[in-house]
Amino acid sequence: MKLLPDGGRRYYLIRGSHAGNKRYSERDVNLLLIRRFFFAGGHRFGLSLKPETWNLKPGAKSLPMEFRRKDLLGIAELEAGEILHILDTAASLKEISTRAIKKVPTLRGKTVVTMFYEPSTRTRMSFEIAAKRLSADTLNLTVAASSAVKGETLEDTAHNLEAMEPDILIIRHPASGAPHFLARRLRCGVINAGDGIHEHPTQALLDLLTIREAKGKLSGLKVAIVGDIVHSRVARSNIHALTKLGSRVIAAGPATLIPPYLETMGVEVTYSLEEAVQDADVIMMLRIQLERMGQMYFSTLREYSAQFGLGARHLKLAQDDVIVMHPGPINRGVEISPEVADGVHSVILQQVANGVAVRMALLYLMVGGEKA
Amino acid sequence: MSLLITGGLVVDPAQNLEQELDLLLTDGKVAALEPPGGIPRKGRRVVKAHGLVVAPGLIDMHVHLREPGEEYKETIETGARAAVRGGFTGVACMPNTRPVNDSASVTRFIRDQAKAAGLARVWPVAAISVGSKGENLSEYGDLKAAGAVACTDDGRPVMNPLLLRRALEYAKTFDLPLLLHCEDLDLRADGVMHEGRVSLELGLKGIPAAAEEIMVFRDLELARLTRSRLHIMHVSTRGSVALIRRAKGQGLKVTAETAPHYFTLTDEAVRGYNTHAEVNPPLRTAADVVAIKEGLRDGALDAIASDHAPHGSLEKDVEFSEAAFGLIGLETSLGLTLRLVHEGVISLMQAVALMSANPARILDIPGGTLAVGAPGDVTIIDLSREWTVDVRDFASKSRNCPFDGWSLKGKAVMTIVGGEVVSSESKQ
Repeated sequence: MKLLPDGGRRYYLIRGSHAGNKRYSERDVNLLLIRRFFFAGGHRFGLSLKPETWNLKPGAKSLPMEFRRKDLLGIAELEAGEILHILDTAASLKEISTRAIKKVPTLRGKTVVTMFYEPSTRTRMSFEIAAKRLSADTLNLTVAASSAVKGETLEDTAHNLEAMEPDILIIRHPASGAPHFLARRLRCGVINAGDGIHEHPTQALLDLLTIREAKGKLSGLKVAIVGDIVHSRVARSNIHALTKLGSRVIAAGPATLIPPYLETMGVEVTYSLEEAVQDADVIMMLRIQLERMGQMYFSTLREYSAQFGLGARHLKLAQDDVIVMHPGPINRGVEISPEVADGVHSVILQQVANGVAVRMALLYLMVGGEKA
Repeated sequence: MSLLITGGLVVDPAQNLEQELDLLLTDGKVAALEPPGGIPRKGRRVVKAHGLVVAPGLIDMHVHLREPGEEYKETIETGARAAVRGGFTGVACMPNTRPVNDSASVTRFIRDQAKAAGLARVWPVAAISVGSKGENLSEYGDLKAAGAVACTDDGRPVMNPLLLRRALEYAKTFDLPLLLHCEDLDLRADGVMHEGRVSLELGLKGIPAAAEEIMVFRDLELARLTRSRLHIMHVSTRGSVALIRRAKGQGLKVTAETAPHYFTLTDEAVRGYNTHAEVNPPLRTAADVVAIKEGLRDGALDAIASDHAPHGSLEKDVEFSEAAFGLIGLETSLGLTLRLVHEGVISLMQAVALMSANPARILDIPGGTLAVGAPGDVTIIDLSREWTVDVRDFASKSRNCPFDGWSLKGKAVMTIVGGEVVSSESKQ
């Protein structure tokens, strides 16, 4: 099965319904079926929300690729089709968040545990809201110190959690590979909500959804990623995703913050912000962590801002419909000027909204419908 | 008491011998080496070694036995048992124990424990500086008298070049070789694996090859300055091999070792955050593996040592960045080295030189040859024995081995120390 990298339309015929032989796009089908499914109370009868169980007859193209993984650990191991399937699902679930009553019973009786070994507001809340809109029970564990300091090893924590039978575990951890460590030991699914400087897959997915909404496609775009690439899990996940989907990625920042061998990931590297944003369709700014200053990565914040802070003048070099993204939290006046952050090209708040949709989609795909 | 080993292929690089001979061990020493049938069997215990290789006892010049202080990982006894299982009749143990072996009393303790275990010969290596802190020289004269065979900064490299200069000069006074761990700690920073494409993808902090090569260069220049002999431990990069080869060409008294994992694995082994492949220096790239093999072949590298570093689940079943460096190798070292022989990278004679004759020469300890009068330390090897590495069978207390499940060809089937059989395949 070949999927178009830009999420090109696939059509379905719906059999045995009043819909007749009209061709429906995948998005239409998703919306229609999810509504019908809940309307008919399908979830109460233990029916699966999995597309293959629906009475669907593929039209011109076959069914969308499924997401059948126990864990979501990184974008690196996903195929383009899986990424698009998650995005399509997220797009169809967005509608729920616009209802007066923002709740569907899909994950009723499921337990979602979030475990954050690093401070986070946005990501943790986003996961929690996503889970609640799907009626899952949520439990949040915020661990102030690392496991070593706390005195319990991650291994022990894993086994203790397992004993409580969660359906899915969402983890953020300062050590790269910590979610992989848990995934190998737990029966339940694990979602990586950011591990060290490795990956932050849900952030990349929400970024992709935001880009697709703005540009209508995910291939053939020029995307500039600017700032502290070496310490950025957001950058790594986005680079994997965008290169898989056929976009061009240009990384820019001081050479100290560009990791060696970055070109081997299919990325162009420049040390000039101007060059990076030239004709860009998307500019993705990364947060500069202020504590890096004392670690010899650059001289002063003033100089960093002068060289790599995104201002209105840079936007003139980019495409007219350029969008400016930032995973947050932003340092106003450091990596991004307030006028850009709040300007018409900024999609920073859409990113946050899409974060909920993407996380709902993942919870639904990974927890929903199974062994009901 | 005499032991006669008959019909084996005796491989002894020190005598440039590779032929079928009978070997007689009497009173713990080599008593005779004669053509087959040349030594009367009567009244002697006979070991038939037809089709097997009879080599001078293998010596692993770089192991960590963890005692005193971390006996839950290994003890001198369990380490010595792992050694003889792996075909080693002697091991040199590093001083990074708790307390650090920087005193005659710890050195004597190690020797006493080894004597009590009665398996392999254990040669203590003492610390270059007190507490391995890199501040003051430890008492080399006392240490040598107590039985230390060398001094090292393994695991805690001497960053101050002046101190290392003094150590090289002071060690000359007592004819103690220095074994150096070449690593610039500032450049390594908090790196946990080789810096390259794999570290980038895994989001793990890298240790660049330069962190090793800069120090290899510095230490070679200090050897030149002080006209001292010097041994470089666990060489892992192409650049280090080239620097050592050049220094040898210039006549410096330098020797070097590498470990089996550096000619067998690359940084790809870390994928999946495999902490058993987390070692320092880190596993490098395919190009480095090629260079290490070439160094073993052409003599730039003198020895193969396992850097046997036992760790428990406490150190290894944790997040990658939290895990301790090190893997165990005593029971796989010979099998992995024989892969090079089977591949045709080195000859059998070279393998025995790298694992026996050369370590004995570098540390200036008895053994490493089967010449008449030498210690009766012998390793009998079955080159064609196919076996599967199973960590559950290891004599070592620890299980941190990245080669679990590997199929290897070639194994020590009998290990003899001082004329006594201390390990034998048939008995197990």
